Amino acid sequence: MASQIIDNYAAELLEDVQQSVRSGSAAGTEKRFKVLFEDFPEADRMRKLAGEVKQHTLDHLDEYLAQAESALEANGAKVHYAWDDKAACGKVEEILQQSSAKTVTKSKSMVSEEVELNDFLAQKGYDLVETDLGEFILQLDGDHPSHVVKPIIHKNRAEIARTFEKHGLGEYNDEPEVITRRARSFMRKKYLAAEATITGANFVSAESGRICIVTNEGNSRFGLAGSRVHIALVGIEKIVPRDIDLSLMLNLLGRSATGQALTVYTEFISGPKAAGAVSGPEEFHVVFVNNRRTEVLESDCREILRCIRCGACMNVCPIYRQASGHAYRSVYPGPLGAVLSPLLAGAEGFPELADLPKASSLCGACNEVCPVDIPIPDLLLRLRDRGKKEHAAKASANTPPMGAWAWVAQSPALWRTSLKSANMLNLLPYEKIPFGPLGRWTKDRTLPPWRGGKFRAWAKNRKKEAK
Amino acid sequence: MATCLCDAFFDEAAKASVEVLEGLGIEVVIPEAQTCCGQPAFNGGDWEASRAVVRHTLEVFSGEDPIIVPSGSCAAMVFHGAPLAFEKEKDRALVDQVGGRTWEVFDFIFRGLGISTWTGSWPGKVAVHSSCHTRGTGTPEAIRSLLGSIEGLDLVDFAEPEQCCGFGGTFSVSFPNISRNMGNLKIDNILATQPDLLVSGDMSCLMHLRGLAEKSDRALPARHAIELLRDTMDASILSHGLANH
Repeated sequence: MASQIIDNYAAELLEDVQQSVRSGSAAGTEKRFKVLFEDFPEADRMRKLAGEVKQHTLDHLDEYLAQAESALEANGAKVHYAWDDKAACGKVEEILQQSSAKTVTKSKSMVSEEVELNDFLAQKGYDLVETDLGEFILQLDGDHPSHVVKPIIHKNRAEIARTFEKHGLGEYNDEPEVITRRARSFMRKKYLAAEATITGANFVSAESGRICIVTNEGNSRFGLAGSRVHIALVGIEKIVPRDIDLSLMLNLLGRSATGQALTVYTEFISGPKAAGAVSGPEEFHVVFVNNRRTEVLESDCREILRCIRCGACMNVCPIYRQASGHAYRSVYPGPLGAVLSPLLAGAEGFPELADLPKASSLCGACNEVCPVDIPIPDLLLRLRDRGKKEHAAKASANTPPMGAWAWVAQSPALWRTSLKSANMLNLLPYEKIPFGPLGRWTKDRTLPPWRGGKFRAWAKNRKKEAK
Repeated sequence: MATCLCDAFFDEAAKASVEVLEGLGIEVVIPEAQTCCGQPAFNGGDWEASRAVVRHTLEVFSGEDPIIVPSGSCAAMVFHGAPLAFEKEKDRALVDQVGGRTWEVFDFIFRGLGISTWTGSWPGKVAVHSSCHTRGTGTPEAIRSLLGSIEGLDLVDFAEPEQCCGFGGTFSVSFPNISRNMGNLKIDNILATQPDLLVSGDMSCLMHLRGLAEKSDRALPARHAIELLRDTMDASILSHGLANH
């Protein structure tokens, strides 16, 4: 029986990486709890309401998508649809070609990771720079985000300082302020030179066609100020029905993600540069990306599409804290990724990621902190059922077979006999068994003495005494 | 419902539950044909095997009376997990009927019987580990309220109470490294408060934590919270309170 990939990954993870991930995520959990409940003692009711708003939107996504398209176009935006990753990359390239833009700034976008836009544009010869500091460091390192909000949670400042040194951004200096200043002066030139800028979107209001982008560094604003063309790459699940829904979502997003009442910058973009405006892109393109989201919507795990990418679930997840985001071998890590990644992999990719839903003690902490109340443990369980039905080997690794147990548990007489016989195990040195589930348990834990049948005997005697 | 862990290892917790309930004037029936709630296979992903065991449990516990369980985890399997596993099954209504009658024992005493304070005295510091499957249920408040009212008993808060003990049923043998590390972090947080006793509403968490502590030669006295209620109960006062409720 092969062991679980994520468990091995955690065991082999470098100690300083594990320490970075653990302290970074634990700090996130603590800040969220403090700020959210200080400001909103009944935050749990807000989470439920926000979950209902998002679920309602998903249940009527076709209507809201059409409404958003009309509103966006009325604002002067051009709306495009991309069925899959290739189409999304192709659409971006087409827009860049038509506006003859070769230099591009890009602010943080998970959907762009999903469709592997950076690699695609680099291969096509575009000069693209990530402007979010974390993403910029990853770009220099040829690395990938390991958290949806804190992409470099797995790195420490010494590592970052070495990266900067290696790429000619000054001599080794691991002071965060120095690192930030160096990135800033490098970035300013890029903003001024860029012809196009690519962003994601945190929300799109179907009512007004406004897209909402939150950042803490103001990098998307700089990107917009310096470029002629703005391309927003948006997963179709990012829609909310009305502008007023944003008050609920934004109040929850910042607090859940980083323990901030509001992120430093919250932008509402209603269209391209208005006549007479000093700066801003002349062209505004919105590319709605499906990339199997409609498949997820059809599945029994559709609630995962409520996700607003705050990262609170990975911050609180004990498995994520031990294993780090890269253990999940996909764009989305943690409890969110354990559900979403196998689904986004499609039928043919599912077996490869079928172990992800197993990487949970089903403790439910993720559901408890989720700003849109996604029942993540229930979804993990449904995917486990699917993994078993589809005989996915990665899912069944290290899982004891349940057939014989289930058979005994349906036969009370056999059950009682088995428990009594198990007491004989007390005589065996079974703690020295090096293999199987018992071996994996007793490697680091003792097992209490078997006392099979004791409770039943006690109950029986009492009955007799009472008579 | 005694639970399979109490059936195999922890008879004391099941006995204490019966004694407390009987002390409160409740007639307790212990169906002999009971086995397991079906959770191991459910969590392991083998829903077909799980449903077979759940169906046996439905039969054993048919009727109209409340079903009391000394485990938040097994109780949650009956009222939350089983309905999920039976979403597309014809006998879903029966699952809901049984689930609707199922209570974790502290939740039953606190919300079901309306008893929020207890009797007796127990001098010492007690750390309470809230088991994960009692999140969002009445159990954590019930345990804290009832134990907190015992004279001399001092509830101590440890860091990161929301973190799991690392047991997770089959998780502990599927992910033995992560599971162990989770448990050790929990033990560190608990021992930092130097409690005289650790209690929980689930023996499974305590089995994991005790097992890890013992293997690494650390003292971690731990018992099911219901045993504390049994040891401190003055039935004459409590049944009087119940009559006036």
